Amino acid sequence: MHIVIVGLSHKTAPVEIREKLAFAPTAMEQPLRQMLKLPSVAEALIVSTCNRVELCAVTKDPEAVVSELRLFLAEYHEVSPEEINDNLYEYQGEEAIRHLFRVASSLDSMVLGEPQILGQIKTAYGYAAEFKTAGLILNRFLHKAFSVAKRVRTETAIASNAVSVSFAAVEMARKIFDRLDNKSVMIIGAGEMCELAARHFVANGVAKVLVTNRTFERAEKLAAEFAGKAIPFENFVDHLAEVDIVMTSTGAPNFILGQRQMEEVLKRRKNRPMFLIDIAVPRDIDPKVNKLDNAYLYDVDDLQGVVQANLKERQKEAGKAEAIVEQEIGQFHQWLANLEVKPTIIALRQKLEEIRQQELDKTFGNLKDLSTKQRKSIEAMASAIINKILHQPTTLLKRTQDDISGEDYVDAVRALFDLPAPANDDKEIKPLDDAEVTG
Amino acid sequence: MTTNLLLFKITLLVYFVTTILYLVGVIARKDDFRQNAVYLLIAGFILHCITLAVRWFSTGAMPVASLHESLSFFAWALIGTYLLFYLRYRTVMLGAFITPLALVLMIIGTSTSAQAPALNPMLDSWWFPVHVTLAFLGHAVFAIAAAAGIMYLLQERMLKSKKFSGLFYRLPSLDTLDSMNYKCLTFGFPLMTMGIISGAIWANSAWGGYWRWDPKETWALITWFLYAALLHGRLTIGWRGRRAAIFAIIGFCFLLFTFFGVNLFLSGEHSFRNFTGQ
Repeated sequence: MHIVIVGLSHKTAPVEIREKLAFAPTAMEQPLRQMLKLPSVAEALIVSTCNRVELCAVTKDPEAVVSELRLFLAEYHEVSPEEINDNLYEYQGEEAIRHLFRVASSLDSMVLGEPQILGQIKTAYGYAAEFKTAGLILNRFLHKAFSVAKRVRTETAIASNAVSVSFAAVEMARKIFDRLDNKSVMIIGAGEMCELAARHFVANGVAKVLVTNRTFERAEKLAAEFAGKAIPFENFVDHLAEVDIVMTSTGAPNFILGQRQMEEVLKRRKNRPMFLIDIAVPRDIDPKVNKLDNAYLYDVDDLQGVVQANLKERQKEAGKAEAIVEQEIGQFHQWLANLEVKPTIIALRQKLEEIRQQELDKTFGNLKDLSTKQRKSIEAMASAIINKILHQPTTLLKRTQDDISGEDYVDAVRALFDLPAPANDDKEIKPLDDAEVTG
Repeated sequence: MTTNLLLFKITLLVYFVTTILYLVGVIARKDDFRQNAVYLLIAGFILHCITLAVRWFSTGAMPVASLHESLSFFAWALIGTYLLFYLRYRTVMLGAFITPLALVLMIIGTSTSAQAPALNPMLDSWWFPVHVTLAFLGHAVFAIAAAAGIMYLLQERMLKSKKFSGLFYRLPSLDTLDSMNYKCLTFGFPLMTMGIISGAIWANSAWGGYWRWDPKETWALITWFLYAALLHGRLTIGWRGRRAAIFAIIGFCFLLFTFFGVNLFLSGEHSFRNFTGQ
């Protein structure tokens, strides 16, 4: 049995194509069932997100299935196959395994290490399980992919360090203050980014929020949202010494906060450090403030720089993640190879043949005065018993090998007769955890 | 080679391997290397305890009478103090600064005579171990303060310049580093003060005078004033962060000079020569 993936992603297709080929997340039953009906498809899974569509099939005939899947994708979405031909990639065998492991570990994501993709694959698998289009191989394959993704997440720092500006602000604050739960924030002016960052700060435990705005009502409104306090714009400077983090985004054409004022504020704070985030363009805070001891001033570009540095850091972690993926491919590939019907039948026959030989040796050892003819007929009888026993299982294995249930029998035969175990490190296959975010 | 010297060398070897683990861990970004370094360091420390105990048992005196012995004791106090800090702050990175320092002390220790000195009977008083222990524990705590200071300056520079290296992600926050500085000061300063006082009392019983202005005493006093100024600055006028970090580093340089420089370049009652009455 082979695993084949045909699909497209943000790397191979522009959004105009991706949106045409996406499957509606609420109506997965029909496409899954149709895909399973394709002549060479034994098991089916469809992963569809805003950045990718992946058709994952288990098949006996990888050559045939590729064209079937290509055609299916085009016909289902009523586009011509030629139109999307260049946007599709296809992976088979080991490459397909690698691809799904990498996708689940967020190594193939637009933003490296982003956490959503794993949840999306879990949801996709949830549908395949619900509509019974996933059999033994896809079950094992997907659970393996989840465990690889988990390993990558825990053993590398690929998902640590913020990659959005508002999160980066919180992270920098942590690098300065360590803990935020006893800290306070002042928001000057109102902008979307300011609000978003303020929300992150509150979610990370900031104790007190002060809001100021030229229009006092707006300040009050925003303050109410964070259970904070509104202060008049005229004397916000008087309150600066009370806060540790300042976020500004006013439309003021000039600096509203200068070096001299900040020097005064820091003195009143006994030099306790301050983190100032200036999101306004043109800027609200004199850049010279950054030169003051214990004041850390970041504007939008600086935070953008932090994000870039974080992405670079993730890139470095990606190497470790790829190594983990490579390790896990081998094990799964081995397990898959062991599920082949033919080698299983051969192994089964060998096993029984060995038993027959042993027992014959034993018997002939006890009955030394048998004639050659008698020995021959005893040997023949033993062979006949084996053949009779093997007949039904062999026929069943051969007959079901194209079905979704085929591998279940192979797996069972291997277990019942203790045939050389397929390498498999999944000690337990847990039921699907509730899927994370979808979208 | 005596058992004792053998133990000393094995301890040194463990510290050496630990240092390598730390450096590889930091440079090659292997987090598990650094974590293993901590475990190895704990093993090294236990070994070091045994080394010192064996030495104490065989010579019958606290092993701080020769340069060799006190270097080993200093390194021991340093690692011990770091491990205490590790329990509190879990900063693996601090060890990457402290372990190499302890290793250097141990290496210098190998180049000095390991012969057990016959202690000058004049110095044989129980004030002697008290004085030396307090002094070295103070040194160790201030060494931590200096290491935290270096880490603070590195981290602060990256935060200010907005250029981030891999180190940025592994160093603790400024607040943690600054609070280490303060903790060290509140422990180190009393230790040092008591070390000086106990030394004065001992000097009075040994030489009949509390203070003789020998070079080591003078330098120790200068260093004491430096730390006193830092403590005062922190408590009253809000010195912290960068300035406190720089002070801690300078203070430790003075300490090192008081320990080594005075023995090497200047002579006085504290020179180890005089301990043995040669």
